[in-house]
Amino acid sequence: MTIKDQAAIVGVGVTPYWKRGQSYPESELSMACTAILAALDDAGLSVSDLDGFAIYSNSCDPAEVASVLGVPEVRFAATTTSGGGGCAGALGLAAAAIHGGMATCCVTLMTLQQLNKRLGGSEVGGLLAYATTSESASPYGGNGISPNAAFTANSGLLSPGHSFSVLTQRHMHLYGTKREHFAEVAISQRENALKRPTTAIRNTPLTLDDYFNARMISDPLCLFDYTLETDGAVAVITVSAERAKDLKQQPVYIMASAHGGTGRWGPAIFRYFQAPDDEFASSGHRPVAKRLYEMAGITAADVDVALPYDHFSPMVIMQLEDYGFCPIGEGGPFVAEGNIRYGTGSIPVNTHGGKLSEAYIIGMTHVKEAVEQIRGTAINQVEGAEIALVTGGPASLPVSGTLLRK
Amino acid sequence: MRPTTKGVFPAVLTETFADEATQPFWDAALDNRLGAPKCTKCGTFRIPLTPFCFNCQTREIEWIQLPGTGSVYSFTIVRHPLSPGLQLAVPCASGIVELDGTQGSGARMIVNIIECDVDALRIGDKVEIVFEHLAESESKMSVPRFRPIRQK
Ligand SMILES: [Zn+2]
Repeated sequence: MTIKDQAAIVGVGVTPYWKRGQSYPESELSMACTAILAALDDAGLSVSDLDGFAIYSNSCDPAEVASVLGVPEVRFAATTTSGGGGCAGALGLAAAAIHGGMATCCVTLMTLQQLNKRLGGSEVGGLLAYATTSESASPYGGNGISPNAAFTANSGLLSPGHSFSVLTQRHMHLYGTKREHFAEVAISQRENALKRPTTAIRNTPLTLDDYFNARMISDPLCLFDYTLETDGAVAVITVSAERAKDLKQQPVYIMASAHGGTGRWGPAIFRYFQAPDDEFASSGHRPVAKRLYEMAGITAADVDVALPYDHFSPMVIMQLEDYGFCPIGEGGPFVAEGNIRYGTGSIPVNTHGGKLSEAYIIGMTHVKEAVEQIRGTAINQVEGAEIALVTGGPASLPVSGTLLRK
Repeated sequence: MRPTTKGVFPAVLTETFADEATQPFWDAALDNRLGAPKCTKCGTFRIPLTPFCFNCQTREIEWIQLPGTGSVYSFTIVRHPLSPGLQLAVPCASGIVELDGTQGSGARMIVNIIECDVDALRIGDKVEIVFEHLAESESKMSVPRFRPIRQK
């Protein structure tokens, strides 16, 4: 007994996307509520139907949101641990809650406003903030700075971008992956974003010259390999497959969902970098992908459109490998051959533009696009799309993947 | 932030915040030695020390002095200063070093790699540890960094 095809996404809601910090005077709470109400409305449901919060990265406080919106009774409130890696996995959490009889109507969401904070460490949060992030998950804050922080804090790696640069360098060393390959990810996603009115910042075409003339942030990554930083909220509503049939939208079934990773991947990217050699230069998704396809009973060849988490362009390439679209180490040439292009490629990737060129809402824009592709309403609609892959991470464990189907 | 020189990431943490488990590392560092905890049962090194061996789940360890040499496992060159105070430090090499005398994964060090040509640094380059003794540090912290081993 698995959650396969037992639940469906029936509603999507979204706020506008703003450049980082420009959503004020909205707040993370107000944007969360706006997106939830819009998602319920899209489904033909109301606040009185909502009874579950299946979230990731503690994206909102269900106590606060339920109180503000007047949710009659909350029956399920849980988050996947760690950060953005749990994004796609939270849909599985919703399906599990519904299939297990704990809730009937779950919201999964992200709301993000970077006004007084900036994800990933910088002068805004103080250089120490990222460097000394405690490995203790205690709500009481542990004992402040942990004894092990001193082993990494002075390394000079201050942000996720720095960390993923190190990971990328190893992939280039092992497999001959090139900056031209990262450029193809950035350029193809930009092209997808250009047709969309929702593109927050990067709304002009990107050429190979533009890419190579951009400033390097941390070798081998340049400006266009890095995600945008934006504000906004996206919410989706999940109910049982049975109930979905009677609602406003065509149901988008959660075909399979998995999250996790090997123990030694752990918080690898962010603090320890101690993953075994055969896993280091990867997205960490391999074991998750295996379980995901097993649950769904399909292979990568059956996937019509892929929405991989793209905070940094090389991570798209590593996920294409780990999800079996090409052999390990061949992701670079695979994208260079045009395989991820919308309209002509064998597996269209991030048809909405992704974080690199549309907006960064920690993965939820990818969930929204996956739903629209299966509904058949996407702006860059993949003709005949029946199965979509959406992922969360690479990041600290858990990373996650979900398959949605018509 | 303390004044700095190109390629040297100024220590942002100037105290060790050590506990009983990590103190031996910092004691050795003050003496310019690299001490590392090794599982007494299976011989696995783990840096930094964790409460259990990830290979055999044993707690007991012994402190071993390592030669302090190793090779660059991977790295980045940080070009954009995240803080105005880092303007003088960039470009700055940071990366992962696998230590001679250990099993590699599980005992890698994440460090600033100094005194290197940032455009010539390569994975596999041999490096050696060098400690910066922070004068202003109340807990007498010695920050470990690595630098390329010059051809003799
Ligand atoms: Zn052991």
